[in-house]
Amino acid sequence: MKVSYYPGCSLHATGKEYDQSMKAVSRALGIEIKEVDDWSCCGASSAHSTNFDLSIALPARNLIAAQKDALDVMVPCAACFNRFKMAEHHLKADDKLKTKIEDVIGGKYQPNFAIRNPVDIIYNDIGIEALKGKTKKDLGGLKPVSYYGCLLLRPPEVCEFDDYENPYMMDKILTAIGADVKNWSYKTDCCGGSLAISKTKIVVDMCDKLMSAAREAGANCVVTACPLCMANLDMRPSRKLRLPVFYFTELISLAMDLPEAKDTFKSHIFDPQPLLKQLRLI
Amino acid sequence: MQTFLEEVNERINGVPIQRCYHCRKCTAGCPTASYMEFNPNRVVKMIQNGERDKVLRSSTIWLCLSCETCITRCPNEVDIARMMDVLRQMAIESGIGARERNVLKFHEAFLSGIKMGGRINEPMMMVQYKLKSGDLFSDITLAPGMFLKGKLALVSPRTKDLKSVQDIFEKTKSS
Repeated sequence: MKVSYYPGCSLHATGKEYDQSMKAVSRALGIEIKEVDDWSCCGASSAHSTNFDLSIALPARNLIAAQKDALDVMVPCAACFNRFKMAEHHLKADDKLKTKIEDVIGGKYQPNFAIRNPVDIIYNDIGIEALKGKTKKDLGGLKPVSYYGCLLLRPPEVCEFDDYENPYMMDKILTAIGADVKNWSYKTDCCGGSLAISKTKIVVDMCDKLMSAAREAGANCVVTACPLCMANLDMRPSRKLRLPVFYFTELISLAMDLPEAKDTFKSHIFDPQPLLKQLRLI
Repeated sequence: MQTFLEEVNERINGVPIQRCYHCRKCTAGCPTASYMEFNPNRVVKMIQNGERDKVLRSSTIWLCLSCETCITRCPNEVDIARMMDVLRQMAIESGIGARERNVLKFHEAFLSGIKMGGRINEPMMMVQYKLKSGDLFSDITLAPGMFLKGKLALVSPRTKDLKSVQDIFEKTKSS
């Protein structure tokens, strides 16, 4: 299959492991990607917290740019995914707003594609059986909890993603590649998002709560599909509570034994390599 | 003249917030309620009471993370998360500013980063934030490790048609 690809700003910087592993896994699973032409930032929390029209226009510029290719847009970053879906939701529901935003951007909004997160693409289009068939390495000793956070799921009628109180797609993907996935009730709790920089103490508390819960569930790592959750969980928890955090694509890459698999583990702030070495996975 | 409640409802452009029957599900699920001055459902009541100044000057509206748990669970579909957005926007527009000053400084640094390059360059955005907030030394110990691991690239690709992005800022300014 072929998709448009919107990496977003994080995937070129703090979330580069997600971009690298996403591309490697896409190649290996036969997902051909074409980057959205001359994309710009989605505006994230800062736009919708301060200016509604801006928060719709910034993602809409990218949605209009993606129309040319008429391919489903794959958006790995949960925050960008949420802003894209939110813009789509408002533009489809409100004609007056649509006209206003089209005037601001100078282009027509005629959506001819779906906005999709790779968790959904891999689960629904590639499929669990196909993924299982491509797994070469046994991840048996790896005990992740899957952490979905907020922005893939909520609000459910906007995101149209997964069971919003007990999502399962990432759990099933991780089980398919051989990980011993632990159940926990913090799958959809918030990591503190963009307050990490301006209200750090609150975010440390929130990340500590998540790490304690993951440990209680018997996990030895946490898996995410969001670069903001990754940044917070990788850097903010108190030292004694930290666990390695992976993007789900990094573990698929590892299980498929892709040549690029080892490259991304080096740049995590909390080094996951000792755990992977101990389990003889690298 | 419009009441505070009418103004908030008009901006939310959805379910009127007076549908809230104070079951407190929003507050129960809110990850930052314990840090807030007023609980989310209390803010609804305060808006109904016309306590404009108190609401717009509160820390509550700036501590909302927009995690959207409240709207997801509200039995009456009152969009508390959108209400918080609206209240922040009203606080900015009316010149009240932000009780949690650095939260707004962060947003300003982020948006000026988009204006400068079309995309966010994280190190430059952090420098902007530090200059705006005066909070120069927090997180400083994280920076060297991030540089060494290649997570903070000083130069990153920009949007080529930068003018189209800057035009969006210009044209949405007054709203």
